[in-house]
Amino acid sequence: MLIAILFLAAQADGLAAWEKVYSVLTSPRCINCHTATNYPQQGDDRHRHFANVIRGPQDKGVVALNCATCHQSSNANSTGVPGAHDWHLAPLSMKWQDLNDQPLPSSEVCRSVKSQLDGPHLLKHHEEEALVLWAWQPGRRTDGTMRTLPPMTHEQFVEATRQWINAGRPCP
Amino acid sequence: MQFPPDAFIHIRPDGRIVVMVNRIEIGQGVSTALPMILADEMDADWSQIDAESAPAADVYRDPVAQVQMVGGSFSIPHSFQQYRELGGKMRAMLVAAAADRWQVRPEHCRTEKSVVYGPNNQSARYADLASEAARKSVPDKVRLKDPSEFRIIGTKVRRLDSKAKCDGSQKFGLDLNLPGMLVALLARPPVFGGRVKSVDDRDARTVAGVRDIFEIPLVKGTAVAVVANRFWAAKQARDRLKIDWDLSGVERADTTELRSAFKELAGKPGIVAVNRGDPSAFDAIAPENRIVADFEFPYLAHASMEPLNMTVRFDGDRAEAWSTSQLPESDRAGIADILGLPPEKVMFHIGAAGGAFGRKGTLDGHLGREAAAIAKRIRGTPIKLVYTREDDTQGGYYRPMVHHRVELGVGSDGMPNAWRQVVVGDSFVKGSGSQWEGLLVHNGLDFLLVEGSANTRYVIPNFQVSGHHPNAKVRVWSWRSVGYSHNMFVVETLIDELAMRANADPIAYRLKLVDPDAKKHRVALNLLAERGAWRSSLSSDHACGIAFSDYHDTPMACAADVSIENGRPRIHRVTVAVACGIAVNPLTIENQVQGGLVFGISQIVPNGAITVKDGRVQQRNFDTYSPPYIKDAPMAVDVHIVPSTDPPTAMGECPVPLIAPAVVNALARLTGKRYRTLPLPPTIG
Amino acid sequence: MSMTTYHLRVNGERKSVTVDPSTPLLWVLREDLNMTGTKYGCGIGACGACTVHLGGIATRSCLVPMSLVGDRDVVTIEGMSRDPIGRIVQEAWYDKDVVQCGYCQSGQIMSVVALLKSNHKPTDANIEESLGGNLCRCGTYVRIREAVKSAAEKLA
Repeated sequence: MLIAILFLAAQADGLAAWEKVYSVLTSPRCINCHTATNYPQQGDDRHRHFANVIRGPQDKGVVALNCATCHQSSNANSTGVPGAHDWHLAPLSMKWQDLNDQPLPSSEVCRSVKSQLDGPHLLKHHEEEALVLWAWQPGRRTDGTMRTLPPMTHEQFVEATRQWINAGRPCP
Repeated sequence: MQFPPDAFIHIRPDGRIVVMVNRIEIGQGVSTALPMILADEMDADWSQIDAESAPAADVYRDPVAQVQMVGGSFSIPHSFQQYRELGGKMRAMLVAAAADRWQVRPEHCRTEKSVVYGPNNQSARYADLASEAARKSVPDKVRLKDPSEFRIIGTKVRRLDSKAKCDGSQKFGLDLNLPGMLVALLARPPVFGGRVKSVDDRDARTVAGVRDIFEIPLVKGTAVAVVANRFWAAKQARDRLKIDWDLSGVERADTTELRSAFKELAGKPGIVAVNRGDPSAFDAIAPENRIVADFEFPYLAHASMEPLNMTVRFDGDRAEAWSTSQLPESDRAGIADILGLPPEKVMFHIGAAGGAFGRKGTLDGHLGREAAAIAKRIRGTPIKLVYTREDDTQGGYYRPMVHHRVELGVGSDGMPNAWRQVVVGDSFVKGSGSQWEGLLVHNGLDFLLVEGSANTRYVIPNFQVSGHHPNAKVRVWSWRSVGYSHNMFVVETLIDELAMRANADPIAYRLKLVDPDAKKHRVALNLLAERGAWRSSLSSDHACGIAFSDYHDTPMACAADVSIENGRPRIHRVTVAVACGIAVNPLTIENQVQGGLVFGISQIVPNGAITVKDGRVQQRNFDTYSPPYIKDAPMAVDVHIVPSTDPPTAMGECPVPLIAPAVVNALARLTGKRYRTLPLPPTIG
Repeated sequence: MSMTTYHLRVNGERKSVTVDPSTPLLWVLREDLNMTGTKYGCGIGACGACTVHLGGIATRSCLVPMSLVGDRDVVTIEGMSRDPIGRIVQEAWYDKDVVQCGYCQSGQIMSVVALLKSNHKPTDANIEESLGGNLCRCGTYVRIREAVKSAAEKLA
């Protein structure tokens, strides 16, 4: 009985931790590149990226219109272009939206994440991947405004990820 | 007006011949076509021809409009005869010089490819005769070629400026780099007509390279000029300015309010432009035989790839300007006025423009005035005034926002038997005091508002077109094809609707409706029917849309093959039939038709509207005001020119009004839905 | 922001400029190096008129501040007549009479050269995708398609 209660409590903690992770994954700085379509989004209103840029065969755009055609290895605040090492779209396997640009439900994203990366790799991805880290230093637009940050700090995001993994990666 | 050949032709000792082009090259190909005309009559060797853009001077005025200009697609129609005569006179003078030298009769000489041949095997190069020829008197009259004798006119000649435009060496206005030149940007009021109340420029002045910051007058309101040694320094400094604007008393236009105001006005008869038959005939028609249609068109920006710019240097008693102006006299007069000089003291160069479409020359000469106001403060230094893309997009002078209401009666034969149209939109000539106002505005109505409808060659009894100018406090101007850009959409989509209703072929329907005496119109339609035969073998997910336009005496008919892909119209092919008199350069015509169609597509693409809210333009750059990209353009366009020896008529603007109605007509067949508000919604079908 | 000296290789030649590090490469080319073939159309990367090859990749130079250029080689339209594929593309452009005002064409050609360097047989879809972000207000797209295919034939 106690074990059952403890297990359920751990489950609840794990699910709560997942919801934190999910809230970051579906915030604009992350979800804009985790699309289900052949294009990225941009802006806090998540509109389709201008200039007809598309995914391309390796998620890096197409020749003459690669992501790297505009996005450099770090933010260019003077010209308003965000940047990080190897700027590109998340592969379709890591889509967090449907074809109507709506975020997928939490349960679906959860199961998808579980199937993509095991615990240690996921933690490493969230902790160290340059494109993930970028979300917390997303740079300024040319009007001087800072791009909106995810709803918690990077440390909190990593901690929530760890908690979720330790709880056995429960999905809602 | 006199046009001395030596102001237009310079024969160099090495044999090259420089032809002065009296019109700015804005992409329309005039810097190849006008020299072609002259070279043909002159019997010059085309491979030795160079074109040069003439500066502002009376001798370079349009001979018909009597003002130096590019507009109205007048370049070839108005200068065709002029350039023929220039070439013919020059030839006559060269022959006279040769005849003198050889002591023979001029009529016994002949010319070919820059050589005069005498009756006894004599020959002399034009280059070797040039100085003697220059001493000959210019003949009053000269025999010109019969069109059958043309060797250059009528042939597909590749552009003279191609190479420079492909290797980076072509200079546009923005490319000017003079010693000591400074760059200026303007911080403009967020609402048209606002004034600077106060400026805190301390932070701005810390930017390295900033020379000065000061207020200047605009045509309406004032702005702050930032002058620096580099574009980027000027831009950074401008971004750091803290300006308090006085917007008191400034009227703030708002698209939502304007839409309902225009619609309401369209319900009242306006100033009548044309009235035939009985305008109240519509009221007697049974409701099931009536169509009442409201059409809405937004403000449109020109969005030339090269944003506005002008360079001026003021030396106290004189000035020099480098521009890409379509109306050099207006900009030059504006500069002269601001600097307190007579216009002749302003040397005014005209260079190649990176697109213009009507924007780069305004009667108020605002660009010249702005550049001069800055140059006035920094004497002896060339000042390049640059508009950023944002400045260009938000700077006004748009194609007017327009509302049309048409009440249309349909007879039992399926043909229209009554047509009452009210058009609401502003005028850019009314109140200008210009020659255009005298020509175009009657009883307070600017004909440009209703052109395409009021002067239609479709024969419709009980026909009335009237208009209102609502004075909407948004500065409007000419845009490629002017009033035809919206009027032809209205006419051609309604005609198409009638044709569909009558189960008639849309080309046959138009042939039945058009004036039997409109020969060129009929010929163009028939040629389209012939070359557009593919339209009867389209698959069921494609449809053909037909449209017609007759801007400035050049009837053009098109058939567009359209399907819907990912919610957007995909234009596979457009066949166009053109009746333009002599086709001076069929290659140029093909280019202009292809390009003009794409320009017309800007009326239907998403993010294709300029809107105002609380007096501010809401679009800033190509992300929010998007011209057509390659995927919006037709995959293929084939152009068919009616053979003719008549004098050439207009070309550059003519194709623009065709494509929006053609696409919408095709969409009506694909989706059953008829769009009457432009631009089209982002998702179709 | 203090001025910084940068050493560049532009079309194979060494250049030095001393500029504000935030200055986009486009303006250094156009003003400090007086190479005006690369054009300013929008400043936000939406039109492609400013396209150069940076480290071999077609890049919109209006967006790259000098501080991020690094030691990557810069190739501009002025270098295309010395590039075998560049020359073929320029010839195709003349032959098909592509240009009208010409302002966008430096960027178009730089983009097309990048495409053809990577793909000698581009399909209609390839062309439309790779040139999808290059604006031409004069509407020369129809002729651009033809010219690209014509250039590709010469490479076959």
